[in-house]
Amino acid sequence: METSKVIHAFYTDDEVLLDAVKAVKAKHHHIEEVFCPFPVHGLDKAMGLAPTRIAITAFFYGVTGLAFAIWMTNYIMIEDWPMDIGGKPSFSWIENMPAFVPIMFELTVFFAAHLMVITFYMRSRIWPFKDAENPDPRTTDDHFLMEIPVHNNEEALTSLLAKTGAVEINIVDKH
Amino acid sequence: MSHYEASIREPLVLGDKSYHDITEDIAKPIEGAANKNWYIAFYISLAAMLWGFGCIFYTVGTGIGVWGLNKNIGWAWDITNFVWWVGIGHAGTLISAVLLLFRQKWRMAINRSAEAMTIFAVFQAGLFPIIHMGRPWNAYWVLPLPNQFGSLWVNFNSPLLWDVFAISTYLSVSLVFWWTGLLPDFAMIRDRAVKPFQKKIYALLSFGWSGRAKDWQRFEEVSLVLAGLATPLVLSVHTIVSMDFATSINPGWHSTIFPPYFVAGAIFSGFAMVQTLLGIMRKVTNLEDYITRMHIEYMNMVIILTGGIVAVAYATEFFIAWYTGSPYENYTYLSVGAATGPYWWAFWSLITFNIVIPQLLWIKKFRRSFIITFIISIAINIGMWFERFDIIAIVLSKGHLPSTWWRFEPTFVDVGIFIGTIGFFFVLFLLYARTFPVIAQAEVKTILKSSGEFYKKRREQGIPTKPEIIVTDISAITGRSDNNLNG
Repeated sequence: METSKVIHAFYTDDEVLLDAVKAVKAKHHHIEEVFCPFPVHGLDKAMGLAPTRIAITAFFYGVTGLAFAIWMTNYIMIEDWPMDIGGKPSFSWIENMPAFVPIMFELTVFFAAHLMVITFYMRSRIWPFKDAENPDPRTTDDHFLMEIPVHNNEEALTSLLAKTGAVEINIVDKH
Repeated sequence: MSHYEASIREPLVLGDKSYHDITEDIAKPIEGAANKNWYIAFYISLAAMLWGFGCIFYTVGTGIGVWGLNKNIGWAWDITNFVWWVGIGHAGTLISAVLLLFRQKWRMAINRSAEAMTIFAVFQAGLFPIIHMGRPWNAYWVLPLPNQFGSLWVNFNSPLLWDVFAISTYLSVSLVFWWTGLLPDFAMIRDRAVKPFQKKIYALLSFGWSGRAKDWQRFEEVSLVLAGLATPLVLSVHTIVSMDFATSINPGWHSTIFPPYFVAGAIFSGFAMVQTLLGIMRKVTNLEDYITRMHIEYMNMVIILTGGIVAVAYATEFFIAWYTGSPYENYTYLSVGAATGPYWWAFWSLITFNIVIPQLLWIKKFRRSFIITFIISIAINIGMWFERFDIIAIVLSKGHLPSTWWRFEPTFVDVGIFIGTIGFFFVLFLLYARTFPVIAQAEVKTILKSSGEFYKKRREQGIPTKPEIIVTDISAITGRSDNNLNG
């Protein structure tokens, strides 16, 4: 892979970090990534990240689960092998529907929850045996790391970052 | 970003803590060695678990006849224990999901352990119906699978099948909710692990969590949506459990108040179990600064509320049973017949442990006392077990015909399996307390500035939470480094 130069700026406070992100953005530098030990509210907006659409996927997964439950109860209880159970209607799905409400609800939740979490894992690239990609182990403890690509502007960036309160600035050859 | 919180609110994190101190405190129980008390508790639990497994093998090998069941009482201890364990599980989801929706920050110190309790309790609950099948290797027959028995399908009209779907959805959704929340905390342990084996294990458990801004954005959205899904789910689970009884035509069971009353009872018993577990855990893991007196008090308030709902439900059941004038209703679990009949001791245990003793929590001093809370929580655990025993055994012991009147006497196998599940539960919980980050440290860090004692005091003195930026010598902090210290 091509080697590219980036700056890793470390911060130890979430509010300082947030101001730093805004300052760097104001100077029209591109922020490649910010690694945080905990969610910082407003960071995604400050970085200019698009809102996540994961909740929308959950809705469609839920609808899929509901449709599956309707198909399954209809196929099993009405079409394939109707049985007379306590005189309950076995010939019409809609008339027998009240008895299927719990199943329809549970499968809606089951599909929405599991498929949404799987989508999250796939999109964020996290799964068993995946190697961690945070460049510094301190970023899961109390350090925040801002990664900025360098295009022959090392010194300008370094002095800007130092002014925003970075506690450590590293110039890194990324492979 | 505003980190403001009214100064009248008590701090949620005590002491002069920084973000790094939180990391240290949560990682300590995992990285240190277990003390003697842990081993004593573990071996006692293990012995109980093995005894229970022995009883399970005896039951499966010989048949359900080794239980104290008879022609009239076809299920008793097993279903009692099933409902008891499922109920206990409810507090975990309530804390992590419902309190998240209500933005209750105090949940963050206890949600991890409460969810662990949920999962371990639902494991125990799931054992009972499977053992009661007698042929547990055929347990998969409860699933709607195409098969070779003619087109024999499961019956979707039956509340017992609803239960299969409800419990499996509940268990699996709780598990992913719990695990997703654990990822950043496992990553924290991974990144500070010094032993290579430990690092490997936590790297595997953390799924390679890196904490990118986009990951956190999705993480928070996923947590919120899962909370929104788990909230109706947790209500549905005990509703459906109550329908196992309520859709029947037995006097004492065919009650329209069963669903809300069971749900309230489940949360009541679940919070009691959380109090029991956390009362011990905060001591042995030295997490008194995170699980404070105020957390205990807030949980006690939930116990007063749900216990009150349960008490009103008892009164309603008792009144309606009497008001019908039906002689059959006089043998239900809340009736004069039950209070004075052969099961009077079970009836009065229920009233004493579930209604009378919890009223002590109206007194603020008791509500904020660790030891009294612990004792009351044990009482509620016993009381809620008796509630389910009364609903099942007392109601079934008196059928419509006097010739079907029969009493239930548990055998040593009934008792053994129950004790075994308690042992199994504590084995899992003790292992969890030694290997998992027992507090959601990433979440606690987000509230440190708003609700930590140190920052609250500073804010009162007018010192902002944001530290002052001191620009030092740039060359001193600038360096070159190789990418990926993490490997």
